[in-house]
Amino acid sequence: MTLRAELRVTRGNFTLDLDLTIAPGEVVALLGPNGAGKSTALRALAGLLPLTSGRITAGESTWDSPESFVPPEKRPIGVVFQDYLLFAHLSALENVAFGLRARGTRRAEARAEAARWLDRVGLAGHARARPRSLSGGQAQRVALARALATGPSLLLLDEPLAALDASTRLQVRSELGRHLADFGGHTLLVTHDPLDAMVLADRLVILEDGRAVQQGPPAVVARQPRTDYVANLVGLNFYRGTASGTAVDLDGGGSLTIPAPVDGPVHVVFPPTAVSLHPRRPTGSPRNAWPVTVAAIEQHAHTTRVRLDGVPAVLADITTATLAELRLRPGDELWAAVKATETHTYPI
Amino acid sequence: MTRHRARGRLPVVLALPAFIGLAFLLVPLAGLLVRAPWGSLAGQLFNAEVGQALRLSLICASLATVLCLLLGIPLAWLLARSGLPGRGFLRALVTVPLVLPPVVGGVALLLVLGRRGLIGQHLDAWFGISLPFTTAGVVVAEAFVAMPFLVISVEGALRAADPRFEEAAATLGASRWLTFRRVTLPSVLPGVVAGGVLCWARALGEFGATITFAGNFPGETTTMPLAVYLALETDPDAAIVLSIVLLLVSVGVLAGLRDRWISGPT
Amino acid sequence: MRASVLATAGAVLVLAGCGPAAPSTSDSGKAGGGVTVFAAASLTEAFARLGEDFEAANPGTEVKFNFAASSALAQQLNQGAPADVFASAAPANMKQVTDTGAITDTPTTFVRNKLAIAVPKGNPGKITALADFAVADRKIALCAEQVPCGAASRKVFDAAKVTPAPDTLEQDVKAVLTKVALGEVDGALVYRTDVRAAGEKVEGIDFAEADQAVNDYPIAPVAKARNAAAAKAFVAFVLSARGRSVLGQAGFVLP
Repeated sequence: MTLRAELRVTRGNFTLDLDLTIAPGEVVALLGPNGAGKSTALRALAGLLPLTSGRITAGESTWDSPESFVPPEKRPIGVVFQDYLLFAHLSALENVAFGLRARGTRRAEARAEAARWLDRVGLAGHARARPRSLSGGQAQRVALARALATGPSLLLLDEPLAALDASTRLQVRSELGRHLADFGGHTLLVTHDPLDAMVLADRLVILEDGRAVQQGPPAVVARQPRTDYVANLVGLNFYRGTASGTAVDLDGGGSLTIPAPVDGPVHVVFPPTAVSLHPRRPTGSPRNAWPVTVAAIEQHAHTTRVRLDGVPAVLADITTATLAELRLRPGDELWAAVKATETHTYPI
Repeated sequence: MTRHRARGRLPVVLALPAFIGLAFLLVPLAGLLVRAPWGSLAGQLFNAEVGQALRLSLICASLATVLCLLLGIPLAWLLARSGLPGRGFLRALVTVPLVLPPVVGGVALLLVLGRRGLIGQHLDAWFGISLPFTTAGVVVAEAFVAMPFLVISVEGALRAADPRFEEAAATLGASRWLTFRRVTLPSVLPGVVAGGVLCWARALGEFGATITFAGNFPGETTTMPLAVYLALETDPDAAIVLSIVLLLVSVGVLAGLRDRWISGPT
Repeated sequence: MRASVLATAGAVLVLAGCGPAAPSTSDSGKAGGGVTVFAAASLTEAFARLGEDFEAANPGTEVKFNFAASSALAQQLNQGAPADVFASAAPANMKQVTDTGAITDTPTTFVRNKLAIAVPKGNPGKITALADFAVADRKIALCAEQVPCGAASRKVFDAAKVTPAPDTLEQDVKAVLTKVALGEVDGALVYRTDVRAAGEKVEGIDFAEADQAVNDYPIAPVAKARNAAAAKAFVAFVLSARGRSVLGQAGFVLP
């Protein structure tokens, strides 16, 4: 049973126009900047927002179409909300049992099932705790157990890790990955964090301004971004141009030499670590080299990212040692160099 | 330097009117206590008629509060959550009993629910139900006057409550009614309790609408405020004693409720 | 009808301590000026007319009334409420005020009032005599015994040897009248003047025992009247032929 959705929602000036197909057992991540329409898509699938047009079908049953609308409480869904929305007046166990009770499971049975779920997410000892007394990671796991306890066919995760601090996040992310692997239904993960999407999803759908701009397995998307937004997410220098043999004339000005000859419109990418900086024009092995001006310097954990103006503009990651050696300051004039073999070229 | 010190204190611009306000509320009560003939207090307390009026007051105020809860919570929900057109106007109408002189409210009730009233004449003809001059009439009059307190309080709580919890409940398969009972209502419980307490207090002190609509007959419709008013005609001392009895009982009940329900983090 | 509601509302408000504004003292000494009259609620309609006539006869004079139960008015006067004239519906209430010295002049009885049976228009309860008040399935309104009309009712029932079965004991005669006018009760005892004031919605039935409880209405200027001249003038006006005529039309018995 495959979930197929043609999501068309118009709200004021914004239009969501997204076709989405999720196979059983598949985890699809909907990745995009704020305001791209990710939450709108999730709410439409949950039935919290009726479609303007289009339809949602799960196998034989239709959830939303111009003729019919199934309200959220009648859809076989589970939702983990961004800030979890655990019911503050109920214990962790009662929260997890809520969906079962609402769907008609008898009290004792629902509580037993909820207890099993709490055990599965490692919170057997917190059954009687109120949400207020749980840590962020624990609350997230209760929310996941609550969403999964009813055995939904579609699991919707709305920024499930966004509210967690960095250290908790790592652990909760890997736990979430395990639970998603065990889950046989369809999963849609909405996130703006590329790492969450790459780690958890089988397939990425990149949403920008209400439309899907790219989709595919995480490895492909990471290697061959098709928009500036995706390139920025995966951290690559990204250019469009026209290839003629091993030379590519870039749309924004400048040119790059690539290792293998191709012809026609292409994308060229290379990682910031492939860029080396030199005080004078470098000589020697076949490489791309062009003059640049330091626009900004950002300190990251182990590297320094230098934003360089030039034709073309480029990002370079350099070591702290190089930074010290070059004594870089904004406004300094340098030469950027990239080996042709470090570039990756693919057709538009 | 004074600025630095002032940070830990109550600013005078607030403290001064605050204490004047407190005095304004409490000094008249103190006046009652000072003038009270304490000697006869015990006698009045165990006076059968006073006991009857007090019991009737407590019963009627409590029943009126229950009636307000049953009708007022759904009304508050309607005002806060439904997409009903003209809600702002409706909200203003709901507060009418607050601004209406209670006696006029009582007359209005007579015109509608009285023996010759718009609805009352049918109640009388078809079911033999006549509300004026009955204990049920007292409850109706008190509920009429007190309900706005409940509705306003609950509506405010509902509007402040995050509707996404209701969405979460819906995605878990809960019907609108189940969501209301198990999610919405518990989340606005402090507002419901506060509104209920206000409502009860208002009902307990109700005089004008009660005497106009339900009349005054010992054991049936004579609540404490009515007894106080009539005692004032002949025996002001007795009226003061009755007032103090009413005051003590209501303060006792409210203080008890406050400790149990209203304090603590909400 | 409307007047009776307002009078009742007024009584409640006055009890709550919101009496009418004090007349301005700058008027005192002048021939005209303001005069504040505290009058029994049963005098509402007649005195309102007299007030207009008095103002017309004395240009520049403004009469302000505070109509309420005589007992409430007596208490207000004893608490120092600003008034120039007190017209009470009962000598007892006047005595409360003369006892404390708030009134030092000898009060004059200016009218008498007696009870009448009041029934809604058409007399749906078929009430013809006091004996009908003893029937339990009729709705009956009486004044509470604590207020003058209740005490008078008690006297006439004792005289008639009837034990009434009231459904409500109202706080004042106007409240009783409201219940009759709205048809909420089948019968009530009110003053003759009230029947007259209520217009056509209420019918009155006189009965012989009413003479057992004739109520004298005393009037007197207040000792500390801010406008003593106008106070005396108003009392004189009430006792004049013009005053008697208006009061007689209102159903009062003239002494």
